[in-house]
Amino acid sequence: MRLDAADRQLIDRYQRHLPVCERPYQEMARELGLTEDEVIARLSRLQENQVLSRVGPVFEHSRAGASLLAAVAAPENQMDLVAARINRAPGVNHNYAREHAYNLWFVMTAPDEETLDERLDELEHQLQLPMLRLPMIEGYHIDLGFDIDWEALP
Amino acid sequence: MNLPATRPNHDFLIDRESMSAWGLLRLREQLEKGLPLTPRPYQTLAERTGLTEEQVMEAIHRWQHQGLIKRLGLVVRHRTLGYQANAMIVWNVPDDQVAELGQALASVPFITLCYQRPRRLPEWPYNLFCMIHGINRDRVLQQLNSLMDQHQLRDVAHAILFSNKAYLQRGGRYVSND
Repeated sequence: MRLDAADRQLIDRYQRHLPVCERPYQEMARELGLTEDEVIARLSRLQENQVLSRVGPVFEHSRAGASLLAAVAAPENQMDLVAARINRAPGVNHNYAREHAYNLWFVMTAPDEETLDERLDELEHQLQLPMLRLPMIEGYHIDLGFDIDWEALP
Repeated sequence: MNLPATRPNHDFLIDRESMSAWGLLRLREQLEKGLPLTPRPYQTLAERTGLTEEQVMEAIHRWQHQGLIKRLGLVVRHRTLGYQANAMIVWNVPDDQVAELGQALASVPFITLCYQRPRRLPEWPYNLFCMIHGINRDRVLQQLNSLMDQHQLRDVAHAILFSNKAYLQRGGRYVSND
């Protein structure tokens, strides 16, 4: 998806440090030489076009609650079905197909460890597939707010 | 425009420590869904949570300061932009070396995530995970090649798990129920 210069500037400048003040979009507009309406319209459009998943905070997951990376090996011809079941389970926020015997990888979250385990048990039971449960032991680098390499993009 | 016509000024009465726990929980729920795209988003959040705009901003500042909020801003869907080759690379590293290697890999510019997770033997022998949000497969494989040279990883057992499809991708919903 091609974005114009102002869209790119918005992304380059505001993947972090979005202002916390009464009129944050006005403040951003001032910074980028746009109008407040324009900033709001651009953000709305970028969200509609799935360029942005949202504007907002990214929570530090180890403090926000319990979460865990899990994987199952779904039969090749049932991937979509199993993936849909995983998506419906409470607390799932990422679910990817990956090229491996364990071919569906998802992150499940919950308010606390106990609820998380219950949710995983329930899903494992529903899917009738053994589930790899991989809690994080130590995070060395977790930040998806990296600079976009516009030149290298297709 | 989002203000009620008359707004009693009771702000000076609010004890900051007693911001309602219920209101804060609702604020967390709302924030997990994203900031409203209204001219005064914090006022909109205030209306939805029963807090004041000032309390909303203060809570966010406090959470940022405490590290509960890691960053506040535009959350990009990299795949839409053209980052089509997402690779999770997993390594089986001796336990006494995993921290050092993890820290080294964390500073590589194209590595976007890096963490240690437990092995699950016999089926899962890998304990160090890193992610490359790449633009295409060839480029990712080149990046991986240079990584293995620079960090003496040629002989370390590993697997490359490219992702060919995202079934679901959204922010963590820790306190909200949907």
